[in-house]
Amino acid sequence: MSDKNKNVEKKIARDIKYRALLEFKYSAGKHASYFFQQLRDNKKLMASKCPKCEKAYVPPRPACPECFEANSEWIEAGPQGTLVGFTVVEFPFLDPTTGKTKEVPYGYGFIILDGTATKFAHFLDETDLNKLEAGMRVEPIFEEERSGNFADIKYFRKIADSE
Amino acid sequence: MAETEKMVFDGKLDINYKYASGKVTGKFYDEIEENKKIFGIKCSKCNTVYVPPRQTCGPCFTTMEEWVEVQPTGVVTNYTIVNYAEPLIQPMEPPYAQALIKLEGADTPFIHLIGEVDVEKVKIGMKVEAVFAEEKTGNILNIKYFKPVE
Amino acid sequence: MGRKVAIVGTGQTKHKARHSDMNIVELINQAVNRCLENAELTINDIDAILIGNMEHFEGINLSDMWASDASGALGRCGMKITTGGSTGTSLSSAAYYYTASGLFDTVLCVGWQKQNEGDTTAGLVSATDPIWERASFAGAFGTFGGAATQYMMETGLTPEDAAKVAVKNKRHGRLNPYAHLHLDISVDDVLRSPMLAYPIRMLDLCPASEGACAMIMTHEDNVKKVTDKPAWISASVCRHDSAFTGDPPFFLDLRTLRSAAKEAYATADIKDPMKDLDIIELYEPVTWAELSFLEALGIGEGGKVGELLAQGVTSIEGSLPVNLSGGVLCTNPIGATAMCRVAEAAIQIRGEGGERQANHKVNTALATGYGGNWWSDLLILKSSL
Ligand SMILES: [Zn+2]
Ligand SMILES: [Zn+2]
Repeated sequence: MSDKNKNVEKKIARDIKYRALLEFKYSAGKHASYFFQQLRDNKKLMASKCPKCEKAYVPPRPACPECFEANSEWIEAGPQGTLVGFTVVEFPFLDPTTGKTKEVPYGYGFIILDGTATKFAHFLDETDLNKLEAGMRVEPIFEEERSGNFADIKYFRKIADSE
Repeated sequence: MAETEKMVFDGKLDINYKYASGKVTGKFYDEIEENKKIFGIKCSKCNTVYVPPRQTCGPCFTTMEEWVEVQPTGVVTNYTIVNYAEPLIQPMEPPYAQALIKLEGADTPFIHLIGEVDVEKVKIGMKVEAVFAEEKTGNILNIKYFKPVE
Repeated sequence: MGRKVAIVGTGQTKHKARHSDMNIVELINQAVNRCLENAELTINDIDAILIGNMEHFEGINLSDMWASDASGALGRCGMKITTGGSTGTSLSSAAYYYTASGLFDTVLCVGWQKQNEGDTTAGLVSATDPIWERASFAGAFGTFGGAATQYMMETGLTPEDAAKVAVKNKRHGRLNPYAHLHLDISVDDVLRSPMLAYPIRMLDLCPASEGACAMIMTHEDNVKKVTDKPAWISASVCRHDSAFTGDPPFFLDLRTLRSAAKEAYATADIKDPMKDLDIIELYEPVTWAELSFLEALGIGEGGKVGELLAQGVTSIEGSLPVNLSGGVLCTNPIGATAMCRVAEAAIQIRGEGGERQANHKVNTALATGYGGNWWSDLLILKSSL
């Protein structure tokens, strides 16, 4: 190694710190706007439906991903459904939407709302793994004061009489 | 379907990063911070002296190893006056001058700020010198800005 | 069909948690230079540079610009390709398409990530739909946890089966000097490691790494001039899936990989993957993924993949080694991760695997990439076409 190279080598690299704080405004579009309006005003979960394969989707969206047809119909989904996969998140991680560490543990599950072809990802109120089971029937619990967004559903919980 | 209101959702991302400077940038930072000296790095093939220094000469694709101290004085090769205000991300209060400055001994101009000046008077060819920050900033603002040479 | 194309060089950095002595462009430069050295070419032999990473991990949106000096893109065609976890295989496929098209003779592709300059899960959250999914998204382990409970119930596979994947791949990884984690672990170690999100434990999940990987491809008329051990690209297929987390069938059926394999097997004349493939480099972000994704490739279907694993078929001594490199469970610089799979397939065909070289001659190797919402890339490499 040449002396010049040593000169470069001996210097110690440093970490340069930078905070990125970015704000956005996302247009919900026709389908999400309708869903959240119905959720807020009527506690209804609306699914968009493909006229060709008849699958209904939550979240609702303009086109059927399988057929590429316009989802021209709306149906009322659930609000009850079947829990098909779940977990309890125990590892705290940084939530960049708040800049804070997410509080754990919390239940997280995939729910097929009755009448739909999709698994809807949401929170579960249960964190005891022994009380969670794939195939379990669940229902959404809504906030009293709803403002028309994802958090209007507090979580899903087991339907009491589904033993 | 009834007329739907057009909803808009607010989003935010707040993430902290730490970028490894690497050894070449580390040396440059050490020198401006500790010794108030500005160093460039020289390509052994085309002899170009780069400020800011980097490891690779792009046109030759060589790894550079030779450090060259350049002068803290240089000339403005291009500039603009920033008039608009953008919260949080601006290094100075607008209006301020941002310029490319070719330091004596360097072949590449580098981007920095012009201070202690009436922004109306900034022009191409103007001679400037580096003003170093009193306190360590941990970033490129260890060179606070360049000011006109009388 | 375009021109025949071969990989004629590979290069990678040591992968590790933190490269504090190298910045992003220096890391990229090291992989590019090692690749040129391996191919015995210079930057003047290269016509285009393709580069990729996942942007929010470092908050860098224009790495193709940042790194143009160090990647060799200055004065050449340079392009960034980014498809999440599959970035490295998308870059590989794109380099193949560039070269096969006849518009470029020799192309270098490089994938990189410096995951610990930012925050991995924060980066992943930023990749999800802001209106529907950011509020509940629980990182890779949350999605994989929910998917794994469903897969366990349907197949009867257990956390012990999954743990065996970690033990095998970590054993392979110890033989790979470039791998990030060199861990000597048992099934019990995996089952006792901290729970992240049931049933995913720390040792079930890939690490967050910093590293870069590069490859050079050239066309058939050039190959002989460059190398006597080319790794020919026999098939390259990419498949995306639907946008929302809950749409695809998860581990029950990685339908993107199943569909890609069907097409690639037809192109590469693979009739029985168990017999016709010599090694597999599989993108397994979590132990459970190796079980499920092998099924999608037609290997050990119907939950039999646990038996294959227990019998050692997919170990270095077995007839179809999977992840001789140590896989994603040992090394995960995301933008490079999938390219490491393709590069390792080429390394094995070129006989450059050192201690981790397969015991049998490798003539046919399969590499996969996994990313986004359960989507897949797949390449099949051969020692001759
Ligand atoms: Zn349809
Ligand atoms: Zn040069």
